[in-house]
Amino acid sequence: MQDALSWGGIILRILQQFLPVWIALIATFALSLRFKRHLGLFGKLFDSPVGMIGLALVLFWVFTALFANMIITMDPIGQFGRTKNPLPGLPLTGVENPPYPYFLLGGDHLARDVFSRMVMGAREVLKIAPFATAFAFMVGVTLGLPAGYFGGKLDTALSFLANLVLAFPVILLFYLLVTPEIRDTGIPVYLAAVLFIFPVIFTCTVLNSRFHTDPPKRNLMIGVTLVIGLWAYSGLAFNLDPLGIWSMGPNLLNVFVSVVFVNAPTVFRIVRGLVLDIKARDYVAAGQTRGESAWYIMLWEILPNARGPLIVDFCLRIGYTTILLGTLGFFGLGVTPESPDWGSTINAGRKLLLLYPHAAIVPALALMSLVLGLNLLADGLREESLKD
Amino acid sequence: MTDTPWDPSMPILEIDQLSISFFTRMREIPAVMDFSCKVMPGEAMGLVGESGCGKSTVALGVMRDLGKNGRITGGSIRFKGRELTTMTEEQLRQLRGSEIAMIYQEPMASLNPAMKIGAQLIEVPMIHQGMGRAEAMALARQIVEDVRLPDPDRILQAFPHQLSGGQQQRIVIAMALMSKPALLILDEPTTALDVTVEAGIVDLVKDLGRKYGTSMLFISHNLGLILDVCDRLCVMYSGEAVETGNVAQVFDKMRHPYTQALFRSIPLPTAHKTSRPLVAIPGNFPLPHERPNGCNFGPRCDYFAEGRCDQADVRMSALPEDDRHASRCLRWSEIDWDAPLAKVVTKEKAAIGEVVLKMEDLKKYYSVSSGSFGGGDEKVVKANETLTFEARAGETLAIVGESGCGKSTFAKVLMGLETATSGSIRLFDENVQSTPIQQRNTDTVSSVQMVFQNPFDTLNPSMTVGRQIIRALEIFKQGSSDAERHARMLELMDLVKLPRAFADRMPRQLSGGQKQRVGIARAFAGGAKVVVADEPVSALDVSVQAAVTDLLMDIQRENGTTLLFISHDLSIVRYLSDRVMVMYLGHVVEMGTTDQVFQPPYHPYTEALLSAVPIADTRVIRKRIVLEGDIPSAMNPPPGCPFQTRCRWKDQVPNGLCDREMPPVRQLQGAHQIKCHLSDEILAGMEPVIKLAGE
Amino acid sequence: MLKFLIRRISVMIFTALVLTFVVFFLTNLPPNLEKLARSEGSVRMTDDAVASWIVENGHGGPLLGRYAEWLGLAPGWTLTDEKGVTRGRCIDVYAEAGSAPTFCGILQGNWGISTFAKEPVGDVLGRSLGATGWLMFWVMMVMVPASLVIGILSGMREGARTDRVLSVFSIASTATPEYVSGVILLAVFASVNAGLSPLLRDWGLLSDRTLFYGTATSAMDKITFWNFALPVMTIALYGIGYISRMTRASMTEVMTQQYIRTARLKGVRFRDVVLRHALRNALIAPFTVIMLQFPWLLNGVVITELLFNYKGFGWTLVQAAGNNDIDLLLGCSVVAVLVVLITQLISDIGYVFLNPRIRLA
Ligand SMILES: Nc1ncnc2c1ncn2[C@@H]1O[C@H](COP(=O)(O)OP(=O)(O)OP(=O)(O)O)[C@@H](O)[C@H]1O
Ligand code: SF4
Ligand code: SF4
Ligand SMILES: [Mg+2]
Repeated sequence: MQDALSWGGIILRILQQFLPVWIALIATFALSLRFKRHLGLFGKLFDSPVGMIGLALVLFWVFTALFANMIITMDPIGQFGRTKNPLPGLPLTGVENPPYPYFLLGGDHLARDVFSRMVMGAREVLKIAPFATAFAFMVGVTLGLPAGYFGGKLDTALSFLANLVLAFPVILLFYLLVTPEIRDTGIPVYLAAVLFIFPVIFTCTVLNSRFHTDPPKRNLMIGVTLVIGLWAYSGLAFNLDPLGIWSMGPNLLNVFVSVVFVNAPTVFRIVRGLVLDIKARDYVAAGQTRGESAWYIMLWEILPNARGPLIVDFCLRIGYTTILLGTLGFFGLGVTPESPDWGSTINAGRKLLLLYPHAAIVPALALMSLVLGLNLLADGLREESLKD
Repeated sequence: MTDTPWDPSMPILEIDQLSISFFTRMREIPAVMDFSCKVMPGEAMGLVGESGCGKSTVALGVMRDLGKNGRITGGSIRFKGRELTTMTEEQLRQLRGSEIAMIYQEPMASLNPAMKIGAQLIEVPMIHQGMGRAEAMALARQIVEDVRLPDPDRILQAFPHQLSGGQQQRIVIAMALMSKPALLILDEPTTALDVTVEAGIVDLVKDLGRKYGTSMLFISHNLGLILDVCDRLCVMYSGEAVETGNVAQVFDKMRHPYTQALFRSIPLPTAHKTSRPLVAIPGNFPLPHERPNGCNFGPRCDYFAEGRCDQADVRMSALPEDDRHASRCLRWSEIDWDAPLAKVVTKEKAAIGEVVLKMEDLKKYYSVSSGSFGGGDEKVVKANETLTFEARAGETLAIVGESGCGKSTFAKVLMGLETATSGSIRLFDENVQSTPIQQRNTDTVSSVQMVFQNPFDTLNPSMTVGRQIIRALEIFKQGSSDAERHARMLELMDLVKLPRAFADRMPRQLSGGQKQRVGIARAFAGGAKVVVADEPVSALDVSVQAAVTDLLMDIQRENGTTLLFISHDLSIVRYLSDRVMVMYLGHVVEMGTTDQVFQPPYHPYTEALLSAVPIADTRVIRKRIVLEGDIPSAMNPPPGCPFQTRCRWKDQVPNGLCDREMPPVRQLQGAHQIKCHLSDEILAGMEPVIKLAGE
Repeated sequence: MLKFLIRRISVMIFTALVLTFVVFFLTNLPPNLEKLARSEGSVRMTDDAVASWIVENGHGGPLLGRYAEWLGLAPGWTLTDEKGVTRGRCIDVYAEAGSAPTFCGILQGNWGISTFAKEPVGDVLGRSLGATGWLMFWVMMVMVPASLVIGILSGMREGARTDRVLSVFSIASTATPEYVSGVILLAVFASVNAGLSPLLRDWGLLSDRTLFYGTATSAMDKITFWNFALPVMTIALYGIGYISRMTRASMTEVMTQQYIRTARLKGVRFRDVVLRHALRNALIAPFTVIMLQFPWLLNGVVITELLFNYKGFGWTLVQAAGNNDIDLLLGCSVVAVLVVLITQLISDIGYVFLNPRIRLA
């Protein structure tokens, strides 16, 4: 029978498990520092210590998610040994051919390895958060641009809708929207049908407004977009992709749609405000006096110049989405019980929190460090984009 | 109040070899180098120079308020004999506001929006003299009267936003005078104001300076204003003083090539383009960290001598004629200062062709809801009232007026960004009055184009310069392939005299003047027949203004374009326009050829406008007409004649007609028209406002 | 001003109607009703029985009609079965079939019966709101002063060391959602085996098992520092970070304004520049933010009450949702939506009040 590992030993072994991440991180930083003058805003990030720390934290988790298979010590949903709630560093006993001799960060009440679950949890979170945020941005931008640009009735109506969603306490919305009953009614699919079409519309408008002076080129580009876009759309929203490449389980779809739904109105408001500011500029008037179409002006004259605040908000919002996903997990909504995502793990761990805190603390700290990284990154980006 | 004895025959302020730098992450930016000047008691010292030359930095240096990254790196500043550069924060605090006060450019921004005027004023004596509240309030009331504001009690109880720009600036002045400072620093105090309001403020500053015996450091980029206000001046270029002396000396016997070039590049309303052509200063102002070796002005100087001017730093040298006249030029004694201007090729004026644009009874009303919450009554803003005129091919028509008079609205209607409320606009015999731009055909759109006012706003910051011009070509259906359009774009770059390599640059890599050139190239991309230029040079430095103006006129001449030149600057209007249209509160009050408008008979408003223009010419004798009050809001214009609230001729019209009836448009000689009730005799008896001393 | 208020309030009422309708729709979806039928009737009901149970209990008919009934704008349903017993929405509540009123929706004060607590919803809500009220009160007492002070201290000298330290703190606390900070606080201060308690016990400084209480259930009867500090801090931490970031941003912006320079060059002391000239202008934005934080605070309340087992509003909401208690869930939603809308209204009015530029324009 081996001894339990000391804290020093635990840390050493964890550092060792993360080896692929360290290599990737060092490579990224070395290259970026070397070429930082050619990398635009991303390069400038390396002038701000806060931004660099943020970026390092975020990249750490991104690489962890990428290399999760190499990092984990045990199957994250497998149960190992007879001891319940093994403490950090405890050797794994009573199992033949143990995949790894120790519970590095202990185990939970079902004797699952906390370390491996945390690592896999990163993958769960990063699989959804950035994409859900990106979708929310597409929706918010596509609606916010015309609302700010045209104003009038359209603006009144859209703003009212956005305020309606914003007046809903998020938690209530989740309790109402992310339930098996709702999935039975098919409402998430309808919502997805509406929300997921936005990226396709968005891309087509972008291309059309830019290339309508050159129809053959325009037709080609829009055609390609439509084929790929609608193919993905059919798979993601309705699970009808004939090739089966694009698909999303009903649970995942439900979670995804709800998160997009919660985020989009805020993005809408931000975009609308930026448009109101930028549309008073002379270059917009210059576009109008050239007879440019409204969408060209919105997408090519206004949007690129709103990118600074939008990029910053995008980072912040991924963090916020991560928190929302955690909240969903914490309430046990929409995810399978054995899912290693951080929210669910915290929820499972909190029952024995006062006796065995490690099972909940580890994912809690993981979640916090990712969101902190994103916030710091946003702060660094904001600071650097203002200095010009 | 000071404990150190100070002899009143000594200078109030003595700046000696002052250097100030700002420290950024990238580098140190030496904003002011080796700057010296002296202000005697009761003297008004002017500081002129282009933007970025360090005028405000000097002022803030005197106040020792340079922000986090600014530092005085050398030299000394003595105020009443006391060294300011080494004072502690507490000593400085006691000096600020009580002995040295400062006034800035943006009156609205310098007043606290959440505090009543009275509270902001009484703070000064309460801090410095330990005055009681009631006593301070009484003093405030008296000073508010001194700055000639009506109804002081109401004003003391008001918040800043309830006052007009001119009133706010008077309050800022009052605040500076609350504890009768010995030195007043004014940093472009009138730049944000209209000319007629500016004239009032300038008069006030002069009178108060005399009344309280305050010394002044008056900063401006406008030589005319300096002539009006100051006794002495100091010309700055790129962080250095290049010439200093009393006003008469510097204006008439300048001894530095930059001062000379500056005077040659500004238009005067007294002179026509043929009699006194403008000469632009070649090249651009060097950035602080890109200054050349030796003389900073070297690369742009006509008298540059290789091997001398580009060696060691040039020092300020006193001129023999005394009265503290000095110049920072190595060759001042060698240059023939009275040599006439090298003959400038006067270009043939393009022939004026047939009518291309005709507006008749154009009206544009906006309905706005008053009241802060959108619930108030609908009100109508009459931005343009019955505009009638025509413009011919190859002609330059200037549209003059102060802010809010409807100049920009007119441009918007013509461009089709707004549709007119009534009336007709005929462009090449096609009625476009109610055709918004989306419905106009490409030909019409490309033949009416616009050049915008703000160079920092006119180009899309995230697209290369070349791409923006190519986009205009695409939209105007010019060229049949990408390659052809690219070639055409390069030609346009040549046309506006920009290096072709600039096509790949982003707008932020260009200077203001260069951006404005790109804007012009873009406007002419589709072979525009009518170009509306909305204050195209007013945001540029004087030394580049001339170059951009000339460029615009050259292109116009070559293409026979009709140029509608919107401006509030009568000097430049005199310089370049064939005909002038003067607007006030949405009405055209006077229209005629340039000579007709600049000579009597005038419309009373034109007369006031002319007399308010600061002119940088010591020979000019001006009749000073200071208009009372501010421009009324277009939301509730006065009944009768729009100008009646400020008109000094009003009592010459019998029966109070001006208060009741809108004057008719009167045709005078030629095509000269005036909207006024004054009788022909009175009009004929008007005297010119601007005269040259010799005339 | 009056016109503005009227307009603003009518928009608010309209919003409330739409939102409650959406909630009504989502809680009364057919699967929910079927579940209700099975839990109220019997688990082994046939599909037909379920369908008739739904109709017999007033859950049939068009949705809009049922919504109006629930609101109290339409007469409550009645149904007389074969045995001649008349039942109905209003009759169940007011016992007597004859004397029952025709309308009995929430406008008449009838919020329905909670199937979970077996009590009228009004009573349940009243009790839990009372408990949550105390929680919110203490959260506000901690959060508002703390975040304003932090924000102003760090914003008044941008980039100084105080600013850097405080900014890192507030960024970190915005990165810590309640379920994370709650878990950490519990582990550090209230765990038997970890954190401070075992240490303190070893040193003989602590006689109890843990320093703070791990649950706040006892705070339902009597609030003490030891049972309430952790839940209050859990909610407040996130808000402190967020609001102090806002205050800082607003403060740094104000400090760069011309009028601050004017004040400084008038010879006003730095302290007075901050207190007399900057503060009021800098507080306009955070005030709005504090008010708009309520939807988020509600989140925090739900999580914290669940974590600390404090039977307040959030706990009730979770129980209602978990137990398919339709009337209770509807009641909770109405309260939540109203709280959000009213705080938005206050924020609008306060903004106008604080900003003389708008008030008197
Ligand atoms: N969209 C609008 N809605 C309401 N009123 C407007 C609008 N645009 C202009 N106005 C009003 O019409 C009047 C004329 O405005 P305009 O912009 O044409 O003046 P301007 O002479 O160009 O002023 P400046 O020199 O300051 O640019 C002003 O009183 C202005 O407030
Ligand atoms: S020193 Fe030489 S370059 Fe400089 S201003 Fe005099 S003549 Fe010109
Ligand atoms: S009509 Fe009367 S008020 Fe108007 S400009 Fe003429 S004289 Fe003055
Ligand atoms: Mg204008």
